Amino acid sequence: MADVLEKKEEAKELLIDKQPKEPLLSKKNRKLLNDPLNDNNPITVQVLGICSALAITVKLYPALVMSISVLFVMAAGNVIVSLMRNFIPNRIRIIVQLVVVASLVALVDQVLKAFVYDVSKELSVFVGLIITNCIIMGRLEAFALGNTVWKSFLDGIGNAFGYAWILLAVAFFRELLGSGTLFGFQVIPDAWYLANGGFYSNNGFMLLPPMALITVGIIIWVQRARNTKLIEE
Amino acid sequence: MDVNKNSYTFLFATAMVVVVAASLSFVATNLKPFQETNLEQEKMQSILSSIQIPVERSEAPKAFEAYIREAIVLQEGEAVEGQDAFAIDLAKEIRKPDEKRLSPLYIAEKEGEIYYIIPLQGNGLWGPIWGYVSLKEDINTVYGATFDHKAETPGLGAEINTPVFEDQFKGKQMLDSNFSFVGIDVRKGDASSEYEVDGISGGTITSDGVEAMILDCVKAYIPFLKTYSGATATALLITE
Repeated sequence: MADVLEKKEEAKELLIDKQPKEPLLSKKNRKLLNDPLNDNNPITVQVLGICSALAITVKLYPALVMSISVLFVMAAGNVIVSLMRNFIPNRIRIIVQLVVVASLVALVDQVLKAFVYDVSKELSVFVGLIITNCIIMGRLEAFALGNTVWKSFLDGIGNAFGYAWILLAVAFFRELLGSGTLFGFQVIPDAWYLANGGFYSNNGFMLLPPMALITVGIIIWVQRARNTKLIEE
Repeated sequence: MDVNKNSYTFLFATAMVVVVAASLSFVATNLKPFQETNLEQEKMQSILSSIQIPVERSEAPKAFEAYIREAIVLQEGEAVEGQDAFAIDLAKEIRKPDEKRLSPLYIAEKEGEIYYIIPLQGNGLWGPIWGYVSLKEDINTVYGATFDHKAETPGLGAEINTPVFEDQFKGKQMLDSNFSFVGIDVRKGDASSEYEVDGISGGTITSDGVEAMILDCVKAYIPFLKTYSGATATALLITE
C-alpha cells in the first residue's frame, strides 16, 4: 500500500515537472527558504553580517526590530533587483544594487524614526549599516540577478530568517543572562538576587560585545556538532 | 535592446536616480510630522529630566505643561517679547555673535521650589552635543543635568548621556566665592571640589566639549538671573 502511494507521489511530481509552471512552494523553492535557516545559514555557516549580530543583540526588542528591518530590505531588494535583472547594465550592476539597498534602508530608517523612535535611537548607526550588510549584497549579486522574482523573494525571506533567528537566539541569552529580562520584562525573581539576600546576580559580561561573539561561536559549535553536512573532512 | 551600450547605461543611471530621489523625498515629507512630534516629545522629556522628573516620552507634553511655569527668551541679558522659546534652534543660535544670540530659558516649579532650566548646545568629537542644566533658586547650585549627542563614540564619548556621568553634576556650583561665573570643570580624574566633575576615560574631546558648552551657554544667563531671581539675587547684586 505504502509503495503504491509513493509511486503515486512520484508520478505526481513528474507531472508537475512537465508542466511549464512549477508550484509556488515546490521542493526547490522550499529549499530556498529552508537552506539558509540551517545548512547554509548566513551568519553561522557563511559568517556574514556578524557586525550587527554583535552590536544590537544586548536586548531582544532592538534585535527583533533589526531583524524585521533586514527582512524587509532583503525581500524587497531581492524582488526589485530580480524585476530589473534584464534591464540592469552589467557595468553598473553593483552600483544599482547598492542604490536599491541604500534607498530601502533610508526608507526603513525614516519609518523607524517616525513610529518606533526610541528603538531607532538605540539602533542608531546600525540601521544605516544594513546597507553594508554583506548578506544583502551577496544575495542580490549571487541570486536575484539570475533568478525569477518569486524565487528571489523566497531566497530573501529565507536568508533574512536565517539571519533573524541567530540574532534573536543571541539576544535571548544575552538579555536573559545579562539583564535578567526578556523583551524588557523581568523573568528572574527579585528574591533570587544577591542584593535581596538571594544567590543570583546578572552577568554583566553578557552585555559586552565579546560575549556576543562567544555566543555566536557556541551556536556554530552546537550546529556543526549536530548537522553532519557541515562536518568538514 | 543592448543593455550594455554606453548611452543606455547613462539613461538607466539617470532614471534610477530620479526615481529613487522622488520616492525617498515623498516618504520623508510624509513622515516628517510624526518624526517632529517624536523630537518635540523627546525635547520635553530631556527638559523635565534635568529637573529630575523622569517621564515616558508619550507622557512628556502633559508633564511639561504641569511643571514648566514659564518659557522666556533672552537677548543680551534682557527678556525679549514675541519669541517662542521652545521653537528656538539653539544649534543656529550658538553660531551667532553674542549680542544677536537668542537664549531660551525655562522656569519650572516643582514641589514649591523654583528651578531655572538652561538649554545647552555645543560640539563633541563627531558632531553636536546638547543638554539641559537646571539651577536652583540661588542660580548657583546645579539641581540636575542631562546631556545627549548625535554621533559620539559608543562606549566612550557617548557615555555623556548616562546617569553615571549626568548625576555627578547634581549639587555642583557655577559661581565662585565672588559670585562670578566659572562654569564646571570636566576633569581627567580626581574631581574633588564643587566646581569639578570626572570626565569620561577615552572620551576626552567629548568631555571637553561638555565643559566648553556649559561655559559658553550658561554665561549669557547669569546677569539676567541675578536680577531676576528675587531676594537671593538682590543679595548677590549687592555683594557684587
